[in-house]
Amino acid sequence: MNFRSVATVYRKELTEWLRDRRTLISTVLVPLLAFPVLMVGMTSLMAVMMNKAEKEIPKVMIIQGENSPRLVAALQASKDLEIVPYADDWKDQISNKQIRAGVEIPPGFDASLSSKSPLTVQIHYYQGEVKSEFAARHVEDSLKSFRDDFVKERLEANNLPDSLISPFKTEKHNVAPAEKVSGAALGGLLGYMVILLSMTGAIYPAIDLTAGEKERGTMETILSSPLSRVDLVLGKFFLVLSASLSTAILSIISMGTSFYLVGHSPAMAQKDAAVFQLHVGLPTVLSVFLMALPLAVLFASALLTIALFAKSYKEAQSYLTPMTFDLNPKLALIPILSTSLVCKEIVAGTFHWNYILLILLSSSVYAAAGLFLAVKMFQRESVLFRS
Amino acid sequence: MIEARGLSKRFHDRKRGEIRAVDNVSFTCHPGRIYGLLGANGAGKTTTLRMLATILEPTDGTAIVCGHDVVEQPEKVRANVGFLSTATALYPRLTAQELVEYFGRLNGLDEPTLKKRVDDIFNRLDMNGFRERRCDKLSTGMKQKTSIARTLVHDPPVMIFDEPTTGLDVMTARAIITFISDCRDHGKAIIFSTHIMSEVERLCDHIGIIHEGKLMADGTVSELRAKYAEHNLEEIIVKVVGPLLKNSEA
Repeated sequence: MNFRSVATVYRKELTEWLRDRRTLISTVLVPLLAFPVLMVGMTSLMAVMMNKAEKEIPKVMIIQGENSPRLVAALQASKDLEIVPYADDWKDQISNKQIRAGVEIPPGFDASLSSKSPLTVQIHYYQGEVKSEFAARHVEDSLKSFRDDFVKERLEANNLPDSLISPFKTEKHNVAPAEKVSGAALGGLLGYMVILLSMTGAIYPAIDLTAGEKERGTMETILSSPLSRVDLVLGKFFLVLSASLSTAILSIISMGTSFYLVGHSPAMAQKDAAVFQLHVGLPTVLSVFLMALPLAVLFASALLTIALFAKSYKEAQSYLTPMTFDLNPKLALIPILSTSLVCKEIVAGTFHWNYILLILLSSSVYAAAGLFLAVKMFQRESVLFRS
Repeated sequence: MIEARGLSKRFHDRKRGEIRAVDNVSFTCHPGRIYGLLGANGAGKTTTLRMLATILEPTDGTAIVCGHDVVEQPEKVRANVGFLSTATALYPRLTAQELVEYFGRLNGLDEPTLKKRVDDIFNRLDMNGFRERRCDKLSTGMKQKTSIARTLVHDPPVMIFDEPTTGLDVMTARAIITFISDCRDHGKAIIFSTHIMSEVERLCDHIGIIHEGKLMADGTVSELRAKYAEHNLEEIIVKVVGPLLKNSEA
């Protein structure tokens, strides 16, 4: 192996790669912009819609409330509801979003309050329609407060304390450190994303540097130079690896920025924002990348090998595109799955050193085998001159 | 000097079985001489030239190029060879200068030598007007000049041309022929394959006629003319290959 030759090939491939508009779009622009645009845009839009729905005082219709004036009066007194006059087509009005909900009060409701067999008040709404769901929640809250007032009244009439209906309270406290909370939520995602993106980022350059070169007719040009095949493969391999890692790094930076922006967005309610709070430090991210590095090496060499076999760009694409879909936890190869799982643990702050070493070792063996295969393929005339 | 010694190449095809693309081909080309390799499409010319350029490895036999064995020392052979064919395209996203420099570096030239060589070649081939232009923006003629510059950058003593004028316009083809002639004048050993007989008559000192992988005739142009009692090169080829075609059809 000649380091100078490998560096010369790498530098040339890098120059060509950076000048390719498709590369800039797939490797730089998409990962950098896709996450912020999707996440910030979508969540902001959702937050705006939710806020608007929450602030609206919904129109609600009372059905069959004639002989229950007490409950009707309570609902009418609620500041969160606008009671509209009864109409027979109330179901259609809910479906057509003219009113948000209907409260069906069974006949003799007020009278039944004193009896031992309680009746059921039914709330009719449009499931899946945010404003109607909010209206149903407001109606439910009003009914609950009516029930509480009624119970309180009864207790007072019998000289009994309020505490009888709630003899104790409950409170929830989180004891897990912040990084574990975000680790549980995002840990799997981070490891999985690094693996998936490092593969996605490698596909295009792997095709361009092998099948693309065959298609453009430059393969014979380079093979006629004194460059050894090993140096040629290594120069190409390092470029594919760089593309793979830079796509993953850019995507992670972009993802982190998106989570930060969403988490600190004023539009987000505090409780929702907690889910998006990232407590992942640089050492954690570096550990995840270190674990994913042998896999990126494996991807780069495997993709180069497969793409080299193809006669044209199109053929290589059809070989490689299905590979991205194989990468889900159910179908993933064991080394990929194990790296993904261990990354989740690392993000959550747990370092199982024995597993980490074992996985790092096994992934490195796979990576070395992949690279060896790539070199062997570049030495096969039947593959290089496949027509 | 180039010396092919029983060069053979067999391929395996699933449907047709074993194919002898080149079968026991031997010839010699001396410095300052042009050896023309002639034959029909699929006769084995390109495979022979690819073996001499060490792009393909011979199944049997070998060749000695500038004292180096194509099987034992392929990288040393390539360092002494400039290979140009219709299949050797340029990198579209590199400029003409970057491309020539890239091949200079791969041939182990140091930076000061490389700069001098590139400047010399660009002046000689009148390429300074487009040295900063990307190869995908070059005209066919400019591309051919860049390809020539690529093969010349390390000043190889041996040049191999595989149908270098196929598909080119008259002016560009003429420039290539002049360039090949210049190479001979500079003492390079040249192997040249073509279908155009006027080019053969103008350039070749020695001719080999290849058919179905076998070298059927080998000699200087005058020797072949005398042997087959024909002045026209096309007729000589027909006389060499024609009977074989009739036999294979029968």
